[in-house]
Amino acid sequence: MASSPDTSSLDRDTRSIIVLNRFGLGARPGDREAVARDPVGALRAEIDDPATPLMDGATLLTGRAAYRSEYLTQKALRAARERPAPVMIDGMAPLRPPESPAGPTYQAEVEARFASACAAPVGFVERLVAFWSNHFAISADKGGQVKVMAGAYEREAIRPHVLGRFQDMLDAVSKHPAMLLYLDNNVSAGPKSAFGQRSGRGLNENLAREILELHTLGVDGGYGQADVTAFANILTGWTVRSGDKAPDEALGRFAFEAGRHEPGDHEVLGRRYGQAGLAQGEGVLADIARHPATARHIARKLAAHMVSDTPPPDLVARLETRFRETDGDLRALAQVLIEAPDCWQMKAQKMRSPWDWMVAMARGAGTRPPTQLLLRSLRALGHGPWEVPAPKGYPDDTANWLSPDGLDTRLDIANEFGRGLVLDDPPARALDLLGPRLDAQTRQAVMRAESRPQAFALLVLSPPFLWR
Amino acid sequence: MPHSPFSRRHILLGAATLTVWARLPRFAHAAERDPRLIVLVLRGALDGLAVVPPVGDPTYAALRGPLAVPTEGAGAALPLDGHFALNAAMPKFHGLYHSGEAMLVHAVATPYRDRSHFDGQDVLESGHAGPGATLDGWLNRAAAALPAGDRVAAQGGLAVGPMVPLILRGPAPVMNWSPAVLPEVAPDTVARLQELYDHSDEQLARALRTAAAADRMTMGDAPPKGKGGGLPRAFIAAAEGAGRLLARPDGPRLAALSFDGWDTHAGEGPNGGRLSSLLGGLDVAVDALRTTLGPAWRDTVVVAATEFGRTAAANGTEGTDHGTGTVAFLAGGAVKGGRVIADWPGLGPAALYQQRDLAPTTDLRSILKGVLADHLGLSEKVLAETVFPESAPTKPVKDLLA
Repeated sequence: MASSPDTSSLDRDTRSIIVLNRFGLGARPGDREAVARDPVGALRAEIDDPATPLMDGATLLTGRAAYRSEYLTQKALRAARERPAPVMIDGMAPLRPPESPAGPTYQAEVEARFASACAAPVGFVERLVAFWSNHFAISADKGGQVKVMAGAYEREAIRPHVLGRFQDMLDAVSKHPAMLLYLDNNVSAGPKSAFGQRSGRGLNENLAREILELHTLGVDGGYGQADVTAFANILTGWTVRSGDKAPDEALGRFAFEAGRHEPGDHEVLGRRYGQAGLAQGEGVLADIARHPATARHIARKLAAHMVSDTPPPDLVARLETRFRETDGDLRALAQVLIEAPDCWQMKAQKMRSPWDWMVAMARGAGTRPPTQLLLRSLRALGHGPWEVPAPKGYPDDTANWLSPDGLDTRLDIANEFGRGLVLDDPPARALDLLGPRLDAQTRQAVMRAESRPQAFALLVLSPPFLWR
Repeated sequence: MPHSPFSRRHILLGAATLTVWARLPRFAHAAERDPRLIVLVLRGALDGLAVVPPVGDPTYAALRGPLAVPTEGAGAALPLDGHFALNAAMPKFHGLYHSGEAMLVHAVATPYRDRSHFDGQDVLESGHAGPGATLDGWLNRAAAALPAGDRVAAQGGLAVGPMVPLILRGPAPVMNWSPAVLPEVAPDTVARLQELYDHSDEQLARALRTAAAADRMTMGDAPPKGKGGGLPRAFIAAAEGAGRLLARPDGPRLAALSFDGWDTHAGEGPNGGRLSSLLGGLDVAVDALRTTLGPAWRDTVVVAATEFGRTAAANGTEGTDHGTGTVAFLAGGAVKGGRVIADWPGLGPAALYQQRDLAPTTDLRSILKGVLADHLGLSEKVLAETVFPESAPTKPVKDLLA
């Protein structure tokens, strides 16, 4: 049963601002007062409701529909290139090639994700969504098919499991077409499989390696090249149903193609996997999901994300222990964070990532920036959603985000967003958003600003707003 | 004031003479004309005495001390009408003045008499007599009050930037446009943030200082721009974009642009310093509007106004503090330029507002009402009730347009 954190030494205002800044995504007008009534309760309310991480995706495409539309568009484009130029008929516009749905779909997903982050009461669970989405990172830069599915991937593989089991998330991620395409497993083939024999194609280790190195055990997790090769063999056949011959209902779904699967038993981390087909890979995922190295890796990363780049050993130990005791119950880990004294330290030690900062800024302003400005800003800051430079995801340390150029760019963004905002009383808003964190220097800078937009820019660039 | 060679009566007489040339109301020509109105909101409180120095006022030089604009030698103010001159940082505007396409209004202020930037800008933009009304702005209400089918009402306004500023909020249609790259912030904002960091966060202070240094380095030997000082590129980029959009037959007909950075409390630099670069940016921006509007410049009025002025005398840090009376700029092919409109109050101790500020003798609303009446054809009643509520006693200044 959940125990309550000992926060008796902190007053309610301090607890409230810690809830909103360290755990959450920043205060909206009035939030700080509301949260102060029961700071811990506000956090519990978010993690107690299993529906919190889910997003209303009614207007968004499923991954399969997104893939399908991109796939069919590309197919039509190829066909158009091969056709002779159309005969022009007077008064008729020339036939235009279809446009890829990837860009508009991606943009709608970013918009929905941002709206979701802005609407959350505290944003603790949205923070966890972003954490896990970055842990299991994919990049839209891989190509249109990943780009068109990027948002759906997070909604389908990450969000349903953020308060569930790590093993289920790992399983969902490893079977999602976006991940299979991003890490090339869709083209991997067992050398001795029917397809491999026929085509001469072979193994692609990319997904197997990143699952071990990044998603589960960690780079020092005690695996070797033989484990990677064996696991890659086991994962052959895990692919996306394409429609090269005849597109059918399953186009864009995860598929296990036995014809690509490397036959036989394989040994990973000293254990033999003799199952047939899909069950073999599922068996490996289940085992590495509860491997002690995975518990250690996740515990350290989560503690560093929440509190400090040099995570407090006590917090890491608590998270690691609970992960092992519960077989990776992620809601239980969220509970540990709420209970751990290290999460209630006064000192803010992390700089808000560009995404978190943009969200906090919009929440504080009470209005969202136009999507074009949002996307332009996140890219200028090097933090485009689902646009990671490498499978490792975006770095999480303050040194990475606190660059002179990044700070400069944040100022340009705040200046641009702040123009036209009408904050009735900027010093009062500063107090409303920052509470006991509002220092005299920041208050004075905001109060003496030459305009409301400048007051806003100084507020969101102030140390108590940047640090969380 | 008693010693001023340019008396109040003189100016009033001059203005009265001009009204003899009054012609048919502008809206009689509405069918042929396609008017554009662009408002530049100068945020931060512009020091009117540094932009349009009253060089004919014998008290000026002594009162201003180090901030006085020289009348001869390097950086000498550009002559206007003998009594007033124009800061040397605005040569293009000076050219427009002498070609009859620009004029200035001095000792002007909104009805706001306190000294908060926030409230002052609200009054300037809302068009209400006092602060507190932040629902919609006068420029939008002016468009909305036009008859349906009027081109200005139908094609609406342009906000440069991602959000619509108060002045353009309201029922009439408004579009947004932003330059392709993020405009850089005013050097003043960078300086304030640096000061905040210097006093509270060493790590951030170092990062911001490095960024400023890098900006300067990438500029090489070229004249410093943007954050390094020099001409604010953001002004110019905004003006060019707005001019191109308003030039289009189907484009918006009204625009509001914010130019920031005028809050010169310390190191004001009216003679080759910080204020000079801001004025240089404004100068190039107005000219950029002229060139990008092309033939539409003929039907254009540009108004540049600020929330209030600054203290008449310099403060202890070679700057000026929040004041009252200041200047406003009018430019455009539709303007009957080449003059300074001023009911000059003088700068003697008794003439100053609260013994510290240039006294406001012209209500900015009377100028704006004059422009809206003659340029867009709005009636005095609509102007007094809807556009600038409760402003009936403040009559429109007639004959501002050619």
